[in-house]
Amino acid sequence: MKYALILAVTLAGYWLTLSGYFHKPLILFFGVVSVLFTLGLAARMKILDKETVPYLQVPKTLSYFVWLFNEVVKANVAVAKAVLSPELKISPSLIEIPTHQDSDIGKTMFANSITLTPGTVSVDMQEDGILVHALLSEMANPDDFIEMGERSGWAVGETIDIDGAHKDG
Amino acid sequence: MAEVKHDAAAHAAAPLPWGEIFEWAQAFLSGGLILTGAFFVIAGAIGILRMPDFYTRIHAAGMTDTMGAEFILLGLIVQSGFTQTSLKLLLVAFFLFITSPTATHAIAHAAHLSGLKPKLGPYEAPELEDIGKGDGA
Repeated sequence: MKYALILAVTLAGYWLTLSGYFHKPLILFFGVVSVLFTLGLAARMKILDKETVPYLQVPKTLSYFVWLFNEVVKANVAVAKAVLSPELKISPSLIEIPTHQDSDIGKTMFANSITLTPGTVSVDMQEDGILVHALLSEMANPDDFIEMGERSGWAVGETIDIDGAHKDG
Repeated sequence: MAEVKHDAAAHAAAPLPWGEIFEWAQAFLSGGLILTGAFFVIAGAIGILRMPDFYTRIHAAGMTDTMGAEFILLGLIVQSGFTQTSLKLLLVAFFLFITSPTATHAIAHAAHLSGLKPKLGPYEAPELEDIGKGDGA
């Protein structure tokens, strides 16, 4: 019930953002109908649970995205420098980054973060690691990914403690 | 514009034209952001042309759809102020943040599955005199 309510509020807000109609009763009525229809579908699929409506995770995920954006900017500058330098000094390599996340969403978050950062692309998902293609030699150090791994796990509500840097907050 | 400046200097007690200052700040901020974005889009395009193989080209393309797109969107958000449009642009930026790495991974994974081997090890751009001497450059 709690999840249904939160999802309804979120969907209504989303609909209002996209449509921008606040004072046309007929169209507002259509909006209400579509929100209820989506809720009905979600209820029928039995996905009104913690994973579909992770409202407690939103602040953490947003603060993680801010941190990630900062990382993305730094990596972008490094790659742009390499690309625009006349010698084009790169040294591509394939490395395996170990994953310590328990849930699929945690692993997905981590692999997506690696791909989003220019200079590293996750190529393949293995049993307990991610195969990563790195563009520059200074990006091919698995230890540099530990912080990102911890933070991406934290962003989806996992407790990851590799070196005790930060626990579930 | 010049007249307003002159006025403000002449009567020191006159209130500053805050509305106009805000407008200029907005224009410079959004212009700077959009130019930064455009710079990275161009860097990405140059990278795609210069890189030696498929996997390395993906990295250059990644620049275009992270820094390039995000900064242009941020500039447009500043440009449109507190309106519904900027909320929508924020949503676009957010979804791009999630979908673009997924698409990049799909491409890289497909190449990996089909057996394309990446060129590994240090690489440097060929000398200008060597270009066009037969190795397909």
